[in-house]
Amino acid sequence: MSAPTLAVFKLASCDGCQLTLLDCEDELLGLASQVEIAHFLEASSAVRPGPYDVALVEGSVTTPADAERVRRIRAESRSLVAIGACATAGGIQALRNFADVEEFRRTVYARPDYIDTLATSTPVSAHVTVDFELRGCPVDRGQLLEVLTAYLAGRKPDIPNHSVCFACKRRGTVCVTVAHGTPCLGPVTHAGCGAICPAYGRGCYGCFGPSGTANLHALIPLLRRDGLDRRAVERLLRTFNAPAFEEELRP
Amino acid sequence: MGAITQATAVLDRQGLAALVAALVAGGRTVVGPTVRDGAVVLAELTSAEDLPFGWGVELDAGRYRLTPREDGAAFAHSAGPQSWKAFLHPQREQLWSARRGPDGVPTFTETQPESRTYAFLGVRPCDLRAIAIQDRVLAGRPPRALDSARAGATPFPDRGYRQRRRGALLIAAECTEPGATCFCVSASGGPAADGGFDLALTEVVDDDGHRFFVRVGSEEGARLLDGVPHRSADLTTESVARGAVDAAREHMGRSLPPLDLRALMGESLAADRWDGIASRCLTCANCTMVCPTCFCTTTEEVTDLTGDHTERWQHWDSCFDLDFSLLHGGPVRASTRSRYRQWLTHKLSTWHDQFGSGGCVGCGRCITWCPAGIDITEEVAALAAERDAAADDQHTAHDDGSAHHDRGPQP
Repeated sequence: MSAPTLAVFKLASCDGCQLTLLDCEDELLGLASQVEIAHFLEASSAVRPGPYDVALVEGSVTTPADAERVRRIRAESRSLVAIGACATAGGIQALRNFADVEEFRRTVYARPDYIDTLATSTPVSAHVTVDFELRGCPVDRGQLLEVLTAYLAGRKPDIPNHSVCFACKRRGTVCVTVAHGTPCLGPVTHAGCGAICPAYGRGCYGCFGPSGTANLHALIPLLRRDGLDRRAVERLLRTFNAPAFEEELRP
Repeated sequence: MGAITQATAVLDRQGLAALVAALVAGGRTVVGPTVRDGAVVLAELTSAEDLPFGWGVELDAGRYRLTPREDGAAFAHSAGPQSWKAFLHPQREQLWSARRGPDGVPTFTETQPESRTYAFLGVRPCDLRAIAIQDRVLAGRPPRALDSARAGATPFPDRGYRQRRRGALLIAAECTEPGATCFCVSASGGPAADGGFDLALTEVVDDDGHRFFVRVGSEEGARLLDGVPHRSADLTTESVARGAVDAAREHMGRSLPPLDLRALMGESLAADRWDGIASRCLTCANCTMVCPTCFCTTTEEVTDLTGDHTERWQHWDSCFDLDFSLLHGGPVRASTRSRYRQWLTHKLSTWHDQFGSGGCVGCGRCITWCPAGIDITEEVAALAAERDAAADDQHTAHDDGSAHHDRGPQP
């Protein structure tokens, strides 16, 4: 049996999640011996045609061309894994969803007519069926390896759906909200980063998006209590996963 | 640990320093309170200098602040962000590993628990009781007040816990200054250490100096005390120390209502109050993680890329995690209401059925470290008020068949 083929694709994104794969330094050779890396432009210009066994898709859909391309990627991939905040929630560029894209186009570009873009930035799952969504901006390298390892073993990836608070407590970090009065999105944010920011005394800013059971309605009064005004709360929620947090606020 | 003896003594600060030094020299990992990141945390101490001399705390629901103290006391702070379970029942522990041989047959290797011999310094009486509760759950000690039909060892004792617990030496710090979220007296406890310690210290700081009244709780404690400079207990120090511990009973910041909580929880399954709690609860699990008796774990299999090597790890889990009750088809407790209810009902009621005692020692951690400041003493009082109001309604209103309808297990 030949090794399964792996393809990595990019839509609207910064490349950080693909770089996380290259960042798996110690495990990269091990991975390359288990899968055939068939399409990974960030690493090699040698590209083999599909179909592929696993496709990792980074980035959000912001243009009609990408909407078409993601359908093609889906059609030629046995398993499609969306990686990162852009691919799972629309990313920073989804801030356009709360504004007027026509206005941006006229203000920013000398030749607005050259720009062919959609009014919204949407996750891959808004266009095609996704087999697994891995969160984070960027994704965590350990979690990315877990997803690929699980695929190779034919099992479900062990990616918890709970909040960053779990990770803080497990690593013994003193709660920055309770002990310092620091506003923190940890209680509503998906774990996966290992609770890096609170470990350095900072509040979580939600780069992994909402956890499986985020109670954002209960957290907002606490953010206000800890000194954020209405505008600051909105800014905190509208970074990498704005539409996903917005969705949580819907009744 | 033998029975508590009547032996007492007094240590001064040099004596305490010598005590820590003797424990370190004896090869023990000494864990005690120390200041880090704006809190009194529990961590390995290299000497008594690491203790939080001159630091106290101000507590409230959802709020913890470190405050300087002029008296230089080292143990005048309440329960902090961690409990001793972080050491006895660590958040992550490998249970076994397996390797697939060339013939395809795997060999399993049991992982030996980390062989540290702990000395815990400054264990509060509430935490001594919490350790005793975890002993019953994890180490299979015979429960104290369990009916004979259920007596016996825990069917699946935790090997690592047992080993670490067996070797651990416990030096208690009796409580003279309960915090604003403390309620041990109403949780069948109190500020005095009532057993399960090797030595119990009561810190006294007054015009006669900074010293520690010591009660000896075991032969090992007596041997340890013999090896460090100390003097026999004078009447003044003893009466000041015992008086301060007695007085602490009256200074609990909070209390559970004096009710049969087992009955209350059983009768409150359909209470509306759970919805009120669910609107505030973040389901972040901080309460269960800081609770000194919450013991739940799950296991994960960690495989490598080749699939020829796997490890099984046990790690802390929480009933607030959706996946905690995930069965085929979805989680059993999908709503926040049902998950909070499960936690509190287990802690105060069904724990008795399972382990022969309640699961709450009144340390107040779940109140302090809940970012939303949910206060279990307040919630229990509200559940009691709701039950009483419903009972009153039933007495006054004619039974129209709608006063009580059990909403049953909530999805």
